[in-house]
Amino acid sequence: MKITGSEAVIKCLLEENVDLIYGYPGGAIMPIYDALYHYQKEVKHVLVRHEQGATHAAQGYARSSGKPGVVFATSGPGATNLITGIADAQIDSTPMVCITGQVASHLLGSDAFQETDIVGISTPITKWNYQITKAEEIPTVLAKAFFIAKSGRPGPVLVDITKDAQFELIDFKYQACTKVRSYKPEPSSSLKELDAAVDLINKAKKPLIVFGQGVILGEAEEEFKNFIEKTGIPAAWTILGLSALPTAHPLNVGMVGMHGNYGPNVLTNECDLLIAMGMRFDDRVTGDLNRYAKQAKIIHFEIDPAEVNKNVPVDVAVLGNIKKTLPQITEKVNKNNHENWLKEFRKRDEIEYQTVIEKDLHPTKDEMTMGEVIHAINEETKGDAIIVTDVGQHQMVACRYAKFNQSKSNITSGGLGTMGFALPAALGAKMGAPEREVVAIIGDGGYQMTIQELGTIFQTGAAVKIVVLNNNFLGMVRQWQQLFFDKRYASTELVNPDFVTIAKGYYIDGEKVDKRSGLKNAVKKMIQSKKPCFLEVCVEKEDNVFPMIPTGESVSNIRLS
Amino acid sequence: MKKVKKFTVSIYTENNLGLLNRISAIFLKRHLSIDSINSSPCEIEDIFRFVIVLKTEEELIKKVITQLEKQVEVIAAFYHTDVETIFQESALYKVKTEALFQKKKVHTIIKNSHASIVMVSPEYFVIEKTGKREETEKLYTDLAPFGILQFVRSGRISVTKEPMRITEILEKNK
Repeated sequence: MKITGSEAVIKCLLEENVDLIYGYPGGAIMPIYDALYHYQKEVKHVLVRHEQGATHAAQGYARSSGKPGVVFATSGPGATNLITGIADAQIDSTPMVCITGQVASHLLGSDAFQETDIVGISTPITKWNYQITKAEEIPTVLAKAFFIAKSGRPGPVLVDITKDAQFELIDFKYQACTKVRSYKPEPSSSLKELDAAVDLINKAKKPLIVFGQGVILGEAEEEFKNFIEKTGIPAAWTILGLSALPTAHPLNVGMVGMHGNYGPNVLTNECDLLIAMGMRFDDRVTGDLNRYAKQAKIIHFEIDPAEVNKNVPVDVAVLGNIKKTLPQITEKVNKNNHENWLKEFRKRDEIEYQTVIEKDLHPTKDEMTMGEVIHAINEETKGDAIIVTDVGQHQMVACRYAKFNQSKSNITSGGLGTMGFALPAALGAKMGAPEREVVAIIGDGGYQMTIQELGTIFQTGAAVKIVVLNNNFLGMVRQWQQLFFDKRYASTELVNPDFVTIAKGYYIDGEKVDKRSGLKNAVKKMIQSKKPCFLEVCVEKEDNVFPMIPTGESVSNIRLS
Repeated sequence: MKKVKKFTVSIYTENNLGLLNRISAIFLKRHLSIDSINSSPCEIEDIFRFVIVLKTEEELIKKVITQLEKQVEVIAAFYHTDVETIFQESALYKVKTEALFQKKKVHTIIKNSHASIVMVSPEYFVIEKTGKREETEKLYTDLAPFGILQFVRSGRISVTKEPMRITEILEKNK
């Protein structure tokens, strides 16, 4: 029996075990929505309020569930509104399949109504993309799309389908894609490289691991833990690696990078072996490359060969998925411990605690700090929640202080730094892991970039807990203006609406806290609620995030104040 | 001081719509200007070969190669210097036919430069010359006094001295 291209699209999604789609209908994708109407029992569609929200929700879903996020949008503005989320997914390696409607093939290139060259526009920010003009291509192209999005280093793909292809009739036959001859998702390492890595690890006196999202994407948390526990090597994380190792693990030495911890940043330039594990030496991690770990041998465990020697030249590259490479290393390395070296980190932790952390978490001044809010959330969730953050000061504070017991719990926009990410991503994260508590922590600036998704949260009823840390400023930009532009606060002060009223307008319970005395109870009430909740906390307007490595500085020159 | 050199990049790809866009985007992203680009079928059925010439630093071109190879439909990419390749460009010169009858010897110029006349009409004739850049440029200078109506030069095409193991790569990924 012949079916339409549109129905074929839905059947492909079912074959790929997709049960959730984020999207927004419009002219050029209406046939697909019509087909979806008949499959409402099998696959749920979440109507967002803006297509950008669909991409971030799909990202949140992918990051909490490990499954690819799926997005529908119409042609023209529907498709272009996906671009920020696709770019974010590309740089943060998030598996996502975007399906866009396109004008009928005979209209292509004619500047038809809502026509845009979305394949051209999305090319530099997708792992792969393709335009379908014939229904018969749908099964093979979508199978390929899912395979590419999920395999190797994951990423976003976009499939654009002309309206005539959606109407066309075909015989449907689906075969999952398992290989593409021009594509090698997982490179392999020779015994020589593995042995070279083992040798360096065995000889090292002061080794340091910096791990990134590769551990999470490879689902190699266990393998990673086994490795560090056998070797006793201190392990620091990048912002996207956070939660791959429990915060309380004795070998967890904190965050590297611009607002990371004092110990791992300074000791990067004192270690004799730096082991990069599924991370990509982003400039926010390394600071000045000419003064980054020059004294150390470097091993890079990496799935993407294009990342090796891109920013930092390495001595040994172990290519492949860490889930497979790491156990081979763990088996061969000597059991070891680095107690004295670990003490160097703890010594610096103490310095950081005295100068920065204590007054962040337990302030004595009247105004509230962002840190104490995170602390109050930790007390309530005990480190079991998924924390979704936006971009800016609150993000750095949350990543620094939030506690995590399990992986896939820190969801944030790392590489692209997309303000507006958190609210829709939190919705997606909750739907990807419904049994878990999801707390979104957002600044008053970023919150207003995608605030319309409160409507989606209300409509789905997803019990997301939304915390806005309100300092009436674009805080991180203001901090830079204070430190590097002589306090010229150019366009960073915000005159904000009544956020609680807005939340209530969406029938979401809301509360505002402007005194320390009310914080603990408000957080408790929010976490205990089974419904979506909004909490605004008024924090000190001009607090700065420290430690900080100023742009272009060496990690050694991290400032504590 | 970083050293800028001329490199020939060879990229073996599937024959897919939009791939040119994807490839050029990688050069654009690094603010690299392309001197010439050529795409054609290669010795393997259904596989295309791009030949791109540009000037940059070796350290950078290495990174560009890995980023090219990362693209799903790129099978393999290589870079070579001039000494590692055999390369040619083709040029066409359209000249007024009356030049053939002038005292200065157009015929000798054409013969000495190993160029050939590909067509002659009462109004104009067309000369073709394949060779290195200096050779096609020299012919241009020599013909200029006769009045060149049109001139066009192709991008570089090149083969490498070392073998290209594309078939092996394809076999391995099968």
